[in-house]
Amino acid sequence: MKFGIVVFPGSNCDRDMQHALQDELQQEVVMLWHKDKDLSMFSTDDCIVLPGGFSYGDYLRCGALARFSPMMEQVIGFARRGGKVLGVCNGFQILCEAGLLPGVLLQNDNQKFICRNVYIRKTSEQNLMGKAVEDKALKIPVAHGEGRYFADEATLAHLEQNNQIVFQYCDENGTVDRKFNPNGAINDIAGICNEGRNVYGMMPHPERACSDTLNNTDGRAILKALVESWVAVPTA
Amino acid sequence: MKFTAHIDVMPLKELLDPQGKAVTESLHNLGLSNVSQVRVGKHITLSLEAASQDEARSKTEEACKRLLANQVMESYTFEITEG
Repeated sequence: MKFGIVVFPGSNCDRDMQHALQDELQQEVVMLWHKDKDLSMFSTDDCIVLPGGFSYGDYLRCGALARFSPMMEQVIGFARRGGKVLGVCNGFQILCEAGLLPGVLLQNDNQKFICRNVYIRKTSEQNLMGKAVEDKALKIPVAHGEGRYFADEATLAHLEQNNQIVFQYCDENGTVDRKFNPNGAINDIAGICNEGRNVYGMMPHPERACSDTLNNTDGRAILKALVESWVAVPTA
Repeated sequence: MKFTAHIDVMPLKELLDPQGKAVTESLHNLGLSNVSQVRVGKHITLSLEAASQDEARSKTEEACKRLLANQVMESYTFEITEG
């Protein structure tokens, strides 16, 4: 399998993601320009990543304009065919704007841009990441002004019933609670997936926590989940 | 014919609007203590060519639904004027 990383005007975590996947996880990575619209070199076994940043300057709403870029139109089709897609931070916002994930990311309730390490814990085993990561607090950096996940009651109930909540904010011991939630996200949600389990969005940045040099490798298992899931699909 | 759409996009009432909250507090700091519940939205204007006011209205509606407002978090209203 291989990864494609979409570069929008204003993306700023694309190279971090490339480094994490290519150099830390030894994966083949292709950088994709937002104005191109050729995804023919990718099969649904591959994964397209929407990196963090401030695509289109966050104009109108975070992710709202990126959603209509030529490459995104292709990514939407790719996801609907079952292709794997991961959106981190601004990428998560784009996936919500594109309707590939439900809900929306609102301005943080404390009115601040938050840039620090937080702890997250998997909520369910019923998805690729939940299966792959240990059930403990993972230290992962966040850097966002609009990370307050929100969905209406019916959508939220649906997410819970279907085990689509992937990560929640917690403390270093793994206790999930409102007081460890940095942005006011509903139900302390840090990441979700779609019903088909092929589209993932999360606010924290696993790609910034993949290197021994940075003294934090808690993000590796999260990205590794996308690599190993294909190998791990039972054939029997 | 040429029309102008005057569009207001507002955060949904039931959602916390941190920007509005911060502005409310600043107005209190100015001494305007009787001000409350400030909410900050967007005002968007656009010109469009359409055969009739109805067509201008439906095109504006489409622009709002598909891009200008995200109805999970915002509501919109607009007026159409000629010229």
